[in-house]
Amino acid sequence: MERIDRRLGFLSALPLGVVLALSFLAPMLVIAIFSVMPQKVFSVLNMPDFSSFGVIISQGYYKSLLWSLGMAAVSTFMLLIICWPLAYGMAKVFNRFTLVLTIAVVMTLFVSENIRLFGWVLTLMKGGLFEGHIRHWTGIGWDSPLYNVSVIVFGLVYVYLPFMLFPLAQGISMVPDDARQAAADLGASRWRILWEIDLPLAAPGIVIGSLLSFVLAAGATAESKILGGQAVIVISDDIETAFTFGQNWPLGAALSLILIGIIGGLAIYGVSRVDLDAIMGRKR
Amino acid sequence: MRPSKSTRIALLIYGILTIAFLYLPLVSVGFASISKARYLSFPIRAYSTKWYGKALESESVQDLLITSLMIAGIVTVISMVVGFFGALAFARYQWRYRTLFQKIILLPIFFPQMVLGLALLMWFNSIGIIPSWKTAVIAHLVWIAPIATLIIAIRAYSFDPALEEAARDMGANTTTILREITLPLLMPGIISAGLFSFLLSWGNFPLSLFTTGADSTLPEWLYAKMVSGYSPLVPTLGILSVVGSFLLIMLAFALSWLMRSIKQSRASQI
Repeated sequence: MERIDRRLGFLSALPLGVVLALSFLAPMLVIAIFSVMPQKVFSVLNMPDFSSFGVIISQGYYKSLLWSLGMAAVSTFMLLIICWPLAYGMAKVFNRFTLVLTIAVVMTLFVSENIRLFGWVLTLMKGGLFEGHIRHWTGIGWDSPLYNVSVIVFGLVYVYLPFMLFPLAQGISMVPDDARQAAADLGASRWRILWEIDLPLAAPGIVIGSLLSFVLAAGATAESKILGGQAVIVISDDIETAFTFGQNWPLGAALSLILIGIIGGLAIYGVSRVDLDAIMGRKR
Repeated sequence: MRPSKSTRIALLIYGILTIAFLYLPLVSVGFASISKARYLSFPIRAYSTKWYGKALESESVQDLLITSLMIAGIVTVISMVVGFFGALAFARYQWRYRTLFQKIILLPIFFPQMVLGLALLMWFNSIGIIPSWKTAVIAHLVWIAPIATLIIAIRAYSFDPALEEAARDMGANTTTILREITLPLLMPGIISAGLFSFLLSWGNFPLSLFTTGADSTLPEWLYAKMVSGYSPLVPTLGILSVVGSFLLIMLAFALSWLMRSIKQSRASQI
């Protein structure tokens, strides 16, 4: 039986393996090679130099990277706080409402994030759904809150909420009720239970949720473009500009490589510490 | 340690508010799509459905829809097939590199999609492929095929391997087991994976941006119009695309309900 399992496992991994080798690993290699090409060439057949990395430092491209990572960190932290009570409710309190909530949240994932962010522009802008109606009824208006850093963070929190909510709910559902009950019987306070029972036992869900929200937010671009009106330039913007207007593929590749390095490092570290079989519901 | 009644009610209200928060922007888009004025401003003074008529008549809109549909359709079929086998390798078979495989297929999901798209553009360029909607299919697969695999894997975890072993003991070969046992048992997972694949591909923008070449999908067109200035067709097409997705989901729910009630009535007849 085991011998058959081994062979079948390898064979059935093959189709996805081929797809990912051709469309994921190969492009990553191309990016790595391009990043050490001289400036403004369009072929990998040149003598390598490391000029792109010099340009990144001398032209201050690291600023956009810091903006992206900073806003991603803030929005991840906010999401953790916003989603915790809801995830707790989904895992332990609600019965039927968990299904309603799950379906409602998943459905938003199928709407292009452009459309949803554009909807926020229409809601928040001067003469938008909020300001327009309130000025019409009360005569009091205000300036548009759009086009600054806080609205970009708001957009990140809005778009990546599902990616925090579901792993968190999954993590909290792994906390046995007995353990909480025992702690309460022994006289632990509510905060102590949260700190010493819930958080450590739900850690896999917290790690996956935070990681997903952080890396997706760090690579995000639509929030800063649509809601932020490019109040700050994020790293993905710089990468896009280098490839399009800048016509400088090696610079874009080097910027991508740095972003990929940070995100990939975090992702590999986080994923390697989590037992996927346990999270996804192995019965045996 | 059941939570108190006031906690339950507070959490329920919080949940309802979250749903409202998630859907509020779509409400604004909905209102904007039926505003008569070319330049939108709330409160809306006159309503009209003329933009829907204009959108449906326009040939360029039809091209956008056809491109988006073709990409989503092909991505769905490939993801279902690849995801079926991938899920078996992920959850069912005990083989040497299983944990490594599990981790590798998660990586593309964590990657910034726009950077993935650019990396693919450079890769296609260096092997001499000119980007078109066909290359966008590959770009979507990088991200969607692993998700389809995960969805089917959840189903595969709840699957009792003894069923396959029993069939093998009775002399069934691997192909027969796959066709007669594994495939029917995983079917609900495969169908939901297909639904997810279609909808995620239909609404995807960052992966399409650099990989469609001269072709354009619906989300790409919407983005171009949003960034370059307002067009009254943006909310209209946005709502049309949302309504399309929601109708598909409703259809899927209705079909699964129908299948279940047919099965139940058959079971009760026996």
